[in-house]
Amino acid sequence: MPSAPRPLSEPEKIFEARDVVKIYDMGEVQVHALRGIHLELYPGELVVLLGPSGSGKSTLLNILGGLDRPTSGQVLYRGQDLARASDRELTAYRRHHVGFVFQFYNLIPSLTARENVAAVTEIARNPMKPEDALALVGLADRLDHFPSQLSGGQQQRVAIARAIAKNPAVLLCDEPTGALDSATGIVVLEAIERVNQELGTTTALITHNADIAAMADRVIHLSDGRISFVERNAHKKRARQLHW
Amino acid sequence: MRALDRKLVRDLWSIKGQVLAIGLVIAGGVATFIMSVSVLDSLRVTQSVFYRDYRFADVFASLKRAPESLKAQIQAIPGVQHVETRVFAPVLLEVPGYPDPVSGQICSLPDHGEPLLNRVYLRQGRLTEPYRDDEVLVSEAFAEAHRLKPGDELGATIRGKKKRLRIVGVALSPEFIYQLQPGAVIPDFESYGILWMGRAALAAAFEMEGAFNTVALSLTADAREGEVIDRLEDILKRYGSLGAHGRKDQISHRYLSEEMRQLQKMATMFPIIFVGVASFLLNVVIGRLMATEREQVAILKAFGYGNGDIVAHYLKFVLLIVLIGVAGGIAAGVWLGQGLGRIYMDFYRFPFLLYQLRPAAVVTSVLVTVAAAFLATLYSILRAASLPPAQAMQPAAPARYRASLLEALGFGRRLAPPTKMILRSISRRPVKAFLTMIGVAFACAILIVGRFFSDATDYIVDIQFKLAKRDDLNVTFIEPTSERVLYSLRSLEGVRHVEPYRWVPVRLRHEHRSYRTAIRGVPEESTLYRLLDQDLRPVAIPEHGFLLTDYLAHLLGVRPGDTLTIEVLEGRRRTLEAPIVGLVSEWVGVTGYARLDSLNRLLGDGRTVSGAYLEIDPRLGRAIYAKLNQMPRVAGVSVREKGLRNFYETLAKQMLTFAFFNTLLACSIAFGVVYNSARIAFSERNRDLATLRVLGFTRAEIAYILLGEMALLVVAGIPAGFFIGHWLCAQMITGLQTDLFRVPLVIEPSSYSFAALVVLVSGVLSGLVIKRKLDRLDLVAVLKTKE
Ligand SMILES: Nc1ncnc2c1ncn2[C@@H]1O[C@H](COP(=O)(O)OP(=O)(O)O)[C@@H](O)[C@H]1O
Ligand SMILES: [Mg+2]
Repeated sequence: MPSAPRPLSEPEKIFEARDVVKIYDMGEVQVHALRGIHLELYPGELVVLLGPSGSGKSTLLNILGGLDRPTSGQVLYRGQDLARASDRELTAYRRHHVGFVFQFYNLIPSLTARENVAAVTEIARNPMKPEDALALVGLADRLDHFPSQLSGGQQQRVAIARAIAKNPAVLLCDEPTGALDSATGIVVLEAIERVNQELGTTTALITHNADIAAMADRVIHLSDGRISFVERNAHKKRARQLHW
Repeated sequence: MRALDRKLVRDLWSIKGQVLAIGLVIAGGVATFIMSVSVLDSLRVTQSVFYRDYRFADVFASLKRAPESLKAQIQAIPGVQHVETRVFAPVLLEVPGYPDPVSGQICSLPDHGEPLLNRVYLRQGRLTEPYRDDEVLVSEAFAEAHRLKPGDELGATIRGKKKRLRIVGVALSPEFIYQLQPGAVIPDFESYGILWMGRAALAAAFEMEGAFNTVALSLTADAREGEVIDRLEDILKRYGSLGAHGRKDQISHRYLSEEMRQLQKMATMFPIIFVGVASFLLNVVIGRLMATEREQVAILKAFGYGNGDIVAHYLKFVLLIVLIGVAGGIAAGVWLGQGLGRIYMDFYRFPFLLYQLRPAAVVTSVLVTVAAAFLATLYSILRAASLPPAQAMQPAAPARYRASLLEALGFGRRLAPPTKMILRSISRRPVKAFLTMIGVAFACAILIVGRFFSDATDYIVDIQFKLAKRDDLNVTFIEPTSERVLYSLRSLEGVRHVEPYRWVPVRLRHEHRSYRTAIRGVPEESTLYRLLDQDLRPVAIPEHGFLLTDYLAHLLGVRPGDTLTIEVLEGRRRTLEAPIVGLVSEWVGVTGYARLDSLNRLLGDGRTVSGAYLEIDPRLGRAIYAKLNQMPRVAGVSVREKGLRNFYETLAKQMLTFAFFNTLLACSIAFGVVYNSARIAFSERNRDLATLRVLGFTRAEIAYILLGEMALLVVAGIPAGFFIGHWLCAQMITGLQTDLFRVPLVIEPSSYSFAALVVLVSGVLSGLVIKRKLDRLDLVAVLKTKE
């Protein structure tokens, strides 16, 4: 299990996906969600996965995050193949290396903002204090609010704080602004950007909104389960400068 | 995992109604278990301590009269440790200020030193002084019934001689824990008492100087009881032996043992039902919870919680619900146990009750409920926990509905859409609907079981004491007496009718089976003591042959037409052969019956009687008792009506407590089942219902859709409950059928309707609680939240 991080001096890829295929077997029909993905992610970069709905973005992200396994192919995280890892190994991988942010926040409704973060830091190896994580996303004054007492944008920022509080190596965000209006969405993106820059967390962000792609180091375009092309942003924009 | 524990507590709180409902059912089961087991243990321990410390004998025998010198011979029987010879004398008592007849038995106490066996526990006052012929101890129950205390005086007639007795102490004895007048069914502490008197004084009064009529033995550890009894009977044969027996046939001991068996049944049957219902409820509630927590489980897993953590989290949730119930149940069980213990102490006169709550009983109740709860919920928890997180993140597929059976059969068009929704909802989850109905049925069944014992008792009393026995007074004579005594009875003013009977102790044999009982000789035209057959029709006694209680025939394996060997244990001790000519249906005791004149002829005794039933003018009752008291041959007088009244009074107290507790338990089940099912249906369907409201359905209409389903299941559960209740009652009484009494499987229509009513009321109450939630349905909020 890739538990011990390698020395940073090594010119490493954090992720390397080779010929990843994912087929959902629905009985009568087979859905080819991923049809052979090759992909690399490097430390500290912010990558946007862009593509229309149904193109396989979430499927790919879930596989990278160890939530799901590919039907075939390899997914190397720091040289370890997640496609062949056991449930237990995947659990430990998620516990110690990955932070997730989802479109619908998915906070635990019966826990306050602070407790939602604590639920994760309690099992992490080297976490921040929940209060610090929440301060980082600008919610220092909402510690003891329950999700139902927070706006959508605030809930999503709690979700980001929860994702980064364990100091993960990678932050995976699946349409984090999908359920938000653009002004609120930008505040959320700013939080992600800040985490990426201040903590150096490798970040993969899914969106079907091309405008958001402008804040990425690299943009990976997906369509119909394949990577159609990859572009590098020579001048990446700050989240603050985005609008849609 | 502190944050998760907070989630757990808050989630519990958010479904507190359901937690409470399930907790109550669990508490009911645990309480019944702890109550009956603790009382059972208490009775056992108290019994064995009392038996040991007060030297309860192992073997008992009674006889007509034997010289004291026989004691050495008895002592010489191998295996005998101690021998205590005693004099037991019937006595007629006059209690100051109490007009009705009172009879009793005086037992002798040695003049020097304590008895070797069957010692008395002195509650008040002191022991009798040697050779004082006016001092007695009275049993505590008798003293309490008449508020007697040391220093009070009693009038007594022993063998027709009047005496004044002074009470010097109040006592209890291991021999008379259950005090029953011979021939009675239930203790009547007002009209029958046990007294103790110095041996010399009692022997003098009862004409038993230098002799004894009762003997008790204790055995050595290696003794064989059966052999000792045979040897003892052999020795006593020539002295008018009335038979010897071990503890298991000692009346007080037997009743106590039967009571414990009954408790044992209660300790298993009720808790099983409750735990079963609670498991079902937990299964439903946790199943629903896991469905709503799908996403939360997924998110926890996404952040690195393992399957084990998730399973542990939800099992903790279940554990907490169970422990809330168990804690309440144990507390209630101890409280009820002590209460039941006190009720038992009214009937079973121990000097003390050593209340026992064995840790093992508590541990068992915890382990069994926890195990059952885990079993009931583990599947849905495991399934939710093992769902791959990516999949769990997706909303569950919409519930699959199909046309219900009624619609498939073509009734569809006639049904209004809301009714169709009800039927489809039931047919979508037939197992759940069925179990809900069964849960309701068990609530109903428990109520029926609760009422059953008083129904059965009423029935016994009606048959045995109203239809069969119709005398006003029962007069017993000290020993079989010439028929001439009847003239003096008939000549008493106010006596309308006198019917003699003869009572002979016998041993009945058929092939290898034998049974010790009595044969009762009754006149051909018996109107005060009627023998009834199964259909409650009077049975005529033919001139030759015997009738047997049906249960006795069953015990001996005989049928009408078979021939029995009858060993008479009295007088000339003849052995006779006689045919069984018919069966008598009786619920209390077992006896053989014969025509009085034929019996006397067979015995070669001439015209003798042992007692007589009297029909009297009630206005002259007092005067008649007073006259009877002065007749030298009269050993006891009992009033039927009074016996009945006391029977009901003592029983009513017990029944009332039991019925109340029982109703409470059944309500907890009915409420738990109905409330939980409706609550879950509500949470599953509040979106649909809110949509319907938005579309213009009224509150009443959506309430009908949701609660109509519950109502249907409740109504279906009631007749099912009748069947289950009947079946449970049948289970309760198997094994309780003994020669002491049989419990008839009689359930009154009123009990069925009571059960149905209670179930309906708790159904309506839980419906109202849900109705309030429905009325407060926030249309906009419900439609906004995503499921
Ligand atoms: N659990 C699943 N079962 C079956 N099909 C799925 C499942 N998840 C995704 N799919 C299908 O796989 C394809 C890719 O889906 P997804 O990765 O969610 O796309 P995106 O996130 O780009 O919208 C879609 O056609 C979707 O219907
Ligand atoms: Mg997606």
